[in-house]
Amino acid sequence: MSKTIFEYSVSGRKGVTLPPRDSDSKLEGIIPGKFLRQDKAKLPEVTELDVMRHYIALSHKNHFIEKGLYPLGSCTMKYNPKVHEVLVRHSCFNNIHAYQDEQTLQGSLAILYELQQDLAEISGMAQVTLQPVAGAQGEFAGIKIIEAYHHAKGNTHKTKIILPDSAHGTNPATCSLVGYDVVELKSDAEGRVDLAKLKELIDDNVAGFMLTNPNTLGLFESQIVEIAELIHSVDGLMYMDGANLNALLGIVQPGKIGFDVMHYNLHKTFTTPHGGGGPGSGPVGVVEKLIPYLPVPMIAKNDDGYFFDYRHEATSIGKVHTYYGNFAIMLRAYIYIKMLGPDGLRRVSENAIINANYLMKLVAPYYHIEHQESCMHEFVADGTKQKKENGVSTLDIAKRLLDKGYHAPTIYFPLIIHEALMIEPTETESKESIDAFANAMIEIAMECKDNPEMMHDAPLTTPVRRVDDVRAVKILDLRYQIEN
Amino acid sequence: MPYIPTTEAQRREMLTAIGVQNFDELIKAIPEKLRLQGRLHVSEALSELEITRSIVEKTCHNMCAQTANSFLGAGLYDHFIPAAVDTIVSRPEFFTAYTPYQAEVSQGTLQFIYEFQTMICELTGMEVANASMYDGASAIAEAILMAVRKNKLMKAILPATLNPEYVKVIKTYTEGIGVELITAPSQDGLIDLIALEAMMDGTIGSVIVQTPNFYGNIEDVFALDTIIHANPKTLFIAAVDPIALAILNAPSEYHADIVVGEGQALGNSMYMGGPLFGFFASKLDMARQMPGRIVGGTLDKEGNRAYALTLQAREQHIRREKATSNICSNESLCTLAATVYMSLMGREGMVEIATQSAQKAHYLATEIDKLEGFSLAYPAACFFKEFVVNTPLPADKIIQLLLPRAIYPGVDMKRWGFDNQLMIAVTEKKSRKDLNELVSALKEVCHV
Repeated sequence: MSKTIFEYSVSGRKGVTLPPRDSDSKLEGIIPGKFLRQDKAKLPEVTELDVMRHYIALSHKNHFIEKGLYPLGSCTMKYNPKVHEVLVRHSCFNNIHAYQDEQTLQGSLAILYELQQDLAEISGMAQVTLQPVAGAQGEFAGIKIIEAYHHAKGNTHKTKIILPDSAHGTNPATCSLVGYDVVELKSDAEGRVDLAKLKELIDDNVAGFMLTNPNTLGLFESQIVEIAELIHSVDGLMYMDGANLNALLGIVQPGKIGFDVMHYNLHKTFTTPHGGGGPGSGPVGVVEKLIPYLPVPMIAKNDDGYFFDYRHEATSIGKVHTYYGNFAIMLRAYIYIKMLGPDGLRRVSENAIINANYLMKLVAPYYHIEHQESCMHEFVADGTKQKKENGVSTLDIAKRLLDKGYHAPTIYFPLIIHEALMIEPTETESKESIDAFANAMIEIAMECKDNPEMMHDAPLTTPVRRVDDVRAVKILDLRYQIEN
Repeated sequence: MPYIPTTEAQRREMLTAIGVQNFDELIKAIPEKLRLQGRLHVSEALSELEITRSIVEKTCHNMCAQTANSFLGAGLYDHFIPAAVDTIVSRPEFFTAYTPYQAEVSQGTLQFIYEFQTMICELTGMEVANASMYDGASAIAEAILMAVRKNKLMKAILPATLNPEYVKVIKTYTEGIGVELITAPSQDGLIDLIALEAMMDGTIGSVIVQTPNFYGNIEDVFALDTIIHANPKTLFIAAVDPIALAILNAPSEYHADIVVGEGQALGNSMYMGGPLFGFFASKLDMARQMPGRIVGGTLDKEGNRAYALTLQAREQHIRREKATSNICSNESLCTLAATVYMSLMGREGMVEIATQSAQKAHYLATEIDKLEGFSLAYPAACFFKEFVVNTPLPADKIIQLLLPRAIYPGVDMKRWGFDNQLMIAVTEKKSRKDLNELVSALKEVCHV
């Protein structure tokens, strides 16, 4: 086990040098004593080397993309190019203040403007806001836009959003946050939207429909035009969760097939690093009629150059971020799109789809796969066979993969597949690496038969053994207790 | 193709293994008429060398705060960042890692979050902190929503001294569930306590107090505690500057119930305003109402110390429409920078940073106040590192006049409706020379 940074603390040690004071004014002289804190915050007192050793030791306990494949379905854990990291750290990007005069920001604004354009082209949408800083915040902005549209039209009776039971958890949570009732639609036997059931749910109170396409089973919603017609027939709007956009680049433009609003996950499709959970970026694209509701400001251009555009503030949903969103993340996505170009973008999706289908083919003889047709960029296998025949759960299988140097797939999701193993290899993995991963999956299928006991014990070789997360809830230990 | 390893020969081999003749067979689920005809209209691919050239060329159209003498703040601050911060944050082990759902291979991320939570608890005096929100603005919005979950009271008071950009975000976030936002007026750059007291009744669910407030002034938090907690159900939400917390009261001293704030100043570059991160802390009795991820200590199967995401039953991937928030991705890597920053600064370094920022700000305020035509906008209030001055010329005029000298004298308060006012922020990075340069420049351009 690792000590916490607090346990290295020795009174009097310093991790940084600071210039001497240029004033001898006492704090008490400038701030009334009653506002000065009594006891100092007990932060650690450590040297720079202590800090480096500690956090580098911690880093060794992580799985990360350069260490091994990350087959997380719907998370698109592709390789993060390193040129992004170098360029983003240029001092003329990271030392820029949000309230500098626009004349001093023309380089950054040009990048944002072009990124708005490129993302709009990729999705076939009319306009894009870059402000939301995460996929879920993009969903929030998108559903707020739907609400604003109905509000402007006097559609006060619209109270509900329909979404399939295969939807990401953020979808229903977002609808609740905006104030909509969520109506869940059961998927059909093929794992797609059940058009007949959808017809039953359609009435004048439907504000919109939220759909991931390809869906979380990795299947393209082939009846999208019919679905959109149904929703539009009651003046509902079509929202696309763009989590799976990695399957569609240069192949399908969602704005051209019936969707009215969508968010992009720059940290998925456009390979900005996940950062152990963030920061991400969740731009939102809309069709022409929804432009007035986009958050302010937009980035616009006139003869004098680029500027922050607040012209539609009166109709806008307002703001979702203090400033303009996660610039440093957008810059990485911008570089990525520029380096791929039109053919590269299409190649991304083609190879993501080929890799997923190839991997599905390799593991299909060993794991149950409910929907065997060609998948898009991901597929859902499951552990029902192993559960039934060997008493080994999907959790066990996932944990055993960690022993073999892989991250686990997304497990127990989508909720409609029992013991789900949702697998997305991404296009940046080679055939060799997919073959190796498939072999690991096959070995595990054998181990489930030969040694189910060991499977319950997995992982055996990770920095810690299976972690008791039930205990973490029962006995809350949410901070280190510092002694002095 | 960059970053795509599959060769043409392998592509054919893989398609054959899959059992299809060509790629199009794989996407037959996509009706032909829905497919893009032709190529996307984006610019042709650039090599690494070409994009580097193109990006560096773009940076020439920016003028950064490093080469300028900048006094811009208003929530985004240019504090010093030790080199070791970026060395850690640049490690792929941290920055290319996924959310730590698989605890056994994510102990590095989980442990730093646990340490981060501890540091935030130390600074704020709270008992539980989460792993981060998007920014200070969304953290306040989520705090108001948590207050509603806790006491079921649908009114929140936002004082006029709260950052107006936060107010815009709070509005977007809270109107959906029907929270009524009420503005409390200000007096001389501080919350008007008498007016606030008159507004308080049993229906007020929460009062948000930003201190130092938007104008940089320190609110009378002890008087506010008495007024807000006159109704025991009303929650005191404090929005604070984490650097200030090194020297100013821990919010627990004035009985804040929820403490949130913008964390960027802790070791994160400004990047034109993003990424930022919000911190979010409260008393333990609200842990199960919190939004966002929380890490807890536990044991592994052999009884060794380990960490895991905990209280996940609050979150969207489990509770769906009944979750405490829709947040999934947060600003994790920014909190790693903050954790490393606070470790390096340590107990004394944080106090030093805060003290020097305050000393320098007060020196500058005194010197500008002496200039003809300039005066402190709120002379009766005490401030920390940021203050507002009345100017003899429109602030925008001054900003334009100082631009050729590469001085950013502060934020034009006209943006929020105040004529002839500059808001000036000072951090420990400003030398006496920088401060004097601003003073003499202001004097020159305003008295030609």
